[in-house]
Amino acid sequence: MVLLLLGFAAPLLAIVGFSFGKERTFDLWQVPAFEGYLTIVRETFYYSFLWSLGMAVATVLILAVICYPVAYGLAKIFGRWANLITLLLVLPLFVSENVRLYGWVLFLIKGGVLLGTLNSLFGIEADSILFTPGMIVFGMVYVYLPFMLFPMTLGLSMVPNDVKEAASDLGAGRLQVFREVELPLAMPGIVIGCLLTFVLSVGAIAEAKILGGQSVIPVVHDIEIAFTYAQNWPLGAAISVLLIVLVGALVLLVLRRFDLDRILGRR
Amino acid sequence: MAADAWAPERVSHSPIQNDPVFMSAPVRNSILELKALTKQFGSFKAVSGIDLEVGEGEFFTIVGPSGSGKTTLLRMLAGMEVPSSGDILLKGKRINDLPANQRPTCMVFQSLALFPHRTVGQNIEFPLKIRGEPAAKRRERALQLMRQLRLPENYYDKAVTQCSGGERQRVALARALAYDPQILFFDEPLSAIDYKLRKALEKELKDIHRETGKTFMYITHSLEEAMVMSDRIGVMREGRLVQVGTPDEIYSEPSDKFVSEFMGEVNVIDVRRGESGRVTSEKFNANFTAPPLPGGFETGHLVVRPEYMRFLNDGESAENRLTGRLYNEYALGSRIQYQVRVGEHVFIVERLRQKAFEAHLDDEVTIGWDASDSILVRD
Repeated sequence: MVLLLLGFAAPLLAIVGFSFGKERTFDLWQVPAFEGYLTIVRETFYYSFLWSLGMAVATVLILAVICYPVAYGLAKIFGRWANLITLLLVLPLFVSENVRLYGWVLFLIKGGVLLGTLNSLFGIEADSILFTPGMIVFGMVYVYLPFMLFPMTLGLSMVPNDVKEAASDLGAGRLQVFREVELPLAMPGIVIGCLLTFVLSVGAIAEAKILGGQSVIPVVHDIEIAFTYAQNWPLGAAISVLLIVLVGALVLLVLRRFDLDRILGRR
Repeated sequence: MAADAWAPERVSHSPIQNDPVFMSAPVRNSILELKALTKQFGSFKAVSGIDLEVGEGEFFTIVGPSGSGKTTLLRMLAGMEVPSSGDILLKGKRINDLPANQRPTCMVFQSLALFPHRTVGQNIEFPLKIRGEPAAKRRERALQLMRQLRLPENYYDKAVTQCSGGERQRVALARALAYDPQILFFDEPLSAIDYKLRKALEKELKDIHRETGKTFMYITHSLEEAMVMSDRIGVMREGRLVQVGTPDEIYSEPSDKFVSEFMGEVNVIDVRRGESGRVTSEKFNANFTAPPLPGGFETGHLVVRPEYMRFLNDGESAENRLTGRLYNEYALGSRIQYQVRVGEHVFIVERLRQKAFEAHLDDEVTIGWDASDSILVRD
């Protein structure tokens, strides 16, 4: 409990405290001011908020669509191959995220592996798709795939086969079985996967820096700048607090909508 | 049927036909017909060449030990497995390739397979919702079924996960009835329920069968359960139907050793054909009189039910007799079972509690039976 207070609650409180400080001061104990928050509104920092949230939502949606069939296969079809496929999907996690992202840069950069080969073999000159918002989303989808896939697999494997068979036996077609039985019963896993990847994507910075080439500044990058180059801790703290509140509110909203206990039939 | 077994009246055994599967009277207005139905998984034949007719409104039960292929058979009938060969005819129409959701049949699963994320009412209404019926009509039908199955009305909004075992049974049955199927299949839905409740639900199910007049097809591994409920029983073994008949026929004229032993504890003596209508047991070095076995046989089994086996006091006689030692006795509630050892062979004799046999353990006792109390079966 003491450790929790020291390690988790104290820094959080410090940030909240700083966020009410005057611009460019480093004193926690002063009369509360709202300069940090005002700056966010005045100086279009909300732009990066929107970019971050938008890209996170896009990432989650794309991941959900990509992962569902794979998760279904892992849970119901692949059988003894599922372990091998899981291993292959987990292995990249052992390589540092930055290294993997730079790998993509080398692959996609102008004159890199892909475009260089195309050019020298076929004489095709194409523009690199690097350093675009789409590329950032691609990077996040790539990096956070396991965090969606595995909760989803767990969720789908919790759907009993005979319950689906019963639904079909009672006249439901494939789509009706999916909508009425499979999706609601797999929902706990899907919701957890979505929340995980959403929170991770909102807090992501490496993808935007490396694959996005600063074409878009996500909010986390703003925080970093405020705390480091700009030496404006109250501003950084204010952005942080706002981000935490926003994401927290969204997560709570989702959890209220999809009451996990109710879905699992515990209540 | 089982009741009169305790008054050891002589049962007359009608001649057993020589067919591998012998049927009772031909089925009138059959609803379901199986022709050489076979299901093969790789090189393993789970169900092999089943021919069967089930009559409209009949309560037909398939009994067999686990692994006998009964569940596979039922899954083919319900449309969850595709037959490898043979035909399934529903009212004369071939339905082999009709998927489960288009068959006018419905199954109550062993696990019940209720929708855990739905209330009792929503579970029962599911087939009606799929059919697109309006909410008010669905609710009316659901409540009507709940009344019929003795589920309190306020259960309509209760989560199925909060219901007890017996209540969940009723919800599953109500949901299946809401589909209004032509045949209801049951895949051992009572196997996970404790003895007392199971006995009550068996009778209740038979009542429901009577009230609805629908065709029920039930599978179970318990012949006792089958006896209580069924109009006819089919005994399955290793993917084949060994015998089809009324509970009475199965009980009094088992077609072979497997069926007779499946009925419960019986005395079985391996015999070969002897002289002048008698049979010879090498084990006991004796000849016994036995009922005839039309069609002839070389080796067979003489089956004597424990309730037909008698203790012979001095002066009492029986057509067949053996002398052994009383080894042990067991109280079975209304009856007492005695174990008598003749050499290495153990015989069991059962008597009503009030007619207990007065003897001490290890006393020498004589047991006996008449030919008409025994059944002669093939291997």
